[in-house]
Amino acid sequence: MATDDTSNNKGLTSPMRRKLLKGMAAVPAVAAFGGGMARSSFAADGVNTTGLAVTDTEVTVGILHSVTGTMAISETGSVQAEKLAIDQINAMGGVLGRKIKYIQEDGASDWPTFAEKAKKLLVQDKCASVFGCWTSASRKAVLPVFEQYNGMLYYPTFYEGLEQSKNVIYTGQEATQQIIAGLDWVVKEKGAKSFYLLGSDYIWPRTSNKIARKHIENFLKLKVVGEEYFPLGHTQFNSAINKIKLKKPDVIYAIIVGGSNVAFYKQLKAAGFDLENKQTLLTISVTEDEILGIGGENIVGAYACMKYFQSLDNENNKKFVSAFKEMWGKDIVIGDVTQAAYLGPWLWKLTVEKAGSFDIDKVAAASPGIEFTGAPEGYVRIHENHHLWSKTRVGRARTDGQYDVVYETADLVEPNPFPEGYQ
Amino acid sequence: MFDYTFSELSSILVMQGFAGLILFSVFILMALGLAIIFGQMGVINMAHGEFMILGAYVTYLTSHLFQDFLPFAYPAYFFVAMVFAFIVSGALGLLVEWVMIRHLYARPLDTLLATWGLSLILQQIYRSTFGAREVGVELPDWMMGSLAVTDTVEVQVNGLFVMALTAAITVAVLVLLFKSRWGLQVRAVTTNRVMSGAVGIDTRRVDRMTFGLGCGVAGVAGAAFTMIGSTGPTSGQLYIVDTFLVVVFGGAQSLLGTVASAFTISQSQSALEFFLSGSMAKVITLLIVIGLLMLRPQGLFVLKVRR
Repeated sequence: MATDDTSNNKGLTSPMRRKLLKGMAAVPAVAAFGGGMARSSFAADGVNTTGLAVTDTEVTVGILHSVTGTMAISETGSVQAEKLAIDQINAMGGVLGRKIKYIQEDGASDWPTFAEKAKKLLVQDKCASVFGCWTSASRKAVLPVFEQYNGMLYYPTFYEGLEQSKNVIYTGQEATQQIIAGLDWVVKEKGAKSFYLLGSDYIWPRTSNKIARKHIENFLKLKVVGEEYFPLGHTQFNSAINKIKLKKPDVIYAIIVGGSNVAFYKQLKAAGFDLENKQTLLTISVTEDEILGIGGENIVGAYACMKYFQSLDNENNKKFVSAFKEMWGKDIVIGDVTQAAYLGPWLWKLTVEKAGSFDIDKVAAASPGIEFTGAPEGYVRIHENHHLWSKTRVGRARTDGQYDVVYETADLVEPNPFPEGYQ
Repeated sequence: MFDYTFSELSSILVMQGFAGLILFSVFILMALGLAIIFGQMGVINMAHGEFMILGAYVTYLTSHLFQDFLPFAYPAYFFVAMVFAFIVSGALGLLVEWVMIRHLYARPLDTLLATWGLSLILQQIYRSTFGAREVGVELPDWMMGSLAVTDTVEVQVNGLFVMALTAAITVAVLVLLFKSRWGLQVRAVTTNRVMSGAVGIDTRRVDRMTFGLGCGVAGVAGAAFTMIGSTGPTSGQLYIVDTFLVVVFGGAQSLLGTVASAFTISQSQSALEFFLSGSMAKVITLLIVIGLLMLRPQGLFVLKVRR
């Protein structure tokens, strides 16, 4: 059927094609109406007044991540999670009775490419929503595109906050959600008095460390004995490690990303830092994904503050992990962002069903208050500010590359992308 | 800096000196292969990092090979891995020279573009073969950890290993270049290609072997760097800038210059890093290098070459 349609339409100009498609779309709707099927209450026109790529049987969404270039290492997991979620939703009957079809574009770790591909997904493909981006730089690059062409982006990464848009749902944590509970825990549990802040030199680690410093100095009334940044891709940490040795902080607070991570933890171990018994290290940038490259034996004993760990012990997560492994191989690991990416399609489905429409404006308006009880991390809810209420957890790295969850907040932590007193 | 005891400060000074020496070794190891290729042949090999990472991947594969088939020999696998890395990277180097580089000797700037393209191709091949994620290269236990010299002074075992390896390779390359017949030919071709051809040196063969050797050394460096850095499709990019910096600053044709410049850059960087932040240290190091290159555009050491 579908192939016939497209071959018939070849050569027609686009407005004509659209009319023709509308006409065709009406036929099955009328037929369904006669049959009295429940799904017929949403004819394509009714749920889609703005010309999105929605037919009576299908809705098109976009996936926009880097599968080539430097960022492919991080973004691959997100793509896998989004595809899994879409498959599962389709197996349950889709969204408003329509199967999800995805168009995947490659941002190629290049921010202008992200913007260009986002425009293509919105303008040419008329995607009803887009799941994508990973780095803040790529999100900043596509944000004006989503706002101009009124698209919907589900963004999975934990990030520095200081942003809020009608057109974006942030399924990862903003900075305060990830930082504050972790610092409070380490102070209470480890009796930490002094901190040494480290980070890669770009916006996320700098903003996060700024929040961490304010919290340590102004709210906890404790000391920051050092703060230091390294260029992305830095591989020599011996001098920094000597400095840490000299200052003897109770806690090393590390926000180092990418390949630098591997160098940092290997050199830290080689320099005789015993994370298991002597030195407390808290990081917000190492998930199970990164440990694959670092090697469990090099980071064992370190604490990470995230909202999700693969080892979380609940029914949702067990199902999620086994489905993920079944689809992508048994050796695969699942990090915090991968789980957040998995939430995207589900939250969108719930929102569309609440709104009874695929229209972007209605979806954006219906988003606050959406609850997803099937999340692997447990229950989550969308806040007025389009971020998620979620729990913060601390995990301790094991040699096999997994984390033991040692702490979780009692309640959901409120997202606060513009935290007062932390700017 | 005033609330520390004398012994604390002195032990930090020792460890800091050691950190500088490790960085020095790392720089030499990175730059040696490139110095051979860029210095002796004038080929700007932008794929140098990818040849290094090939060595790292070979190490990764070798470690698995030993785990599965020769578990009793596992503690020594690293030495075998380095030999493999040299052979595999060197062989790829020979192939690349034959397919691509030899057609571009007359156009040195084009080698820059061509090898850059090669580096992208290699990256994507690694990504397709080993996956986009970094692979963890496990090391035998004896190579990790540190030796406690005194209560407060500790030196890293892998640092010592890198230093020993660097010394061995540097000496081997110098002997090869200055004591062997082949080295004589290489130096002859470097100083005057046409004349060398005229006296019966097969310049093409010399070129091919030189390129292969440079790539092989890069492979060994890559194998060694699995101890301190990451192994992923794009990890090679982390090293390329520093590598060129060292080679160009040292004076392209001089291996001694490479050593001297690696020493200058590593010591200033590691000292600056101790007093400033990592990013600022890099900025100031680069400023110093730029300043010195303005005074001495040919680099620290200049070899007289007929062009």
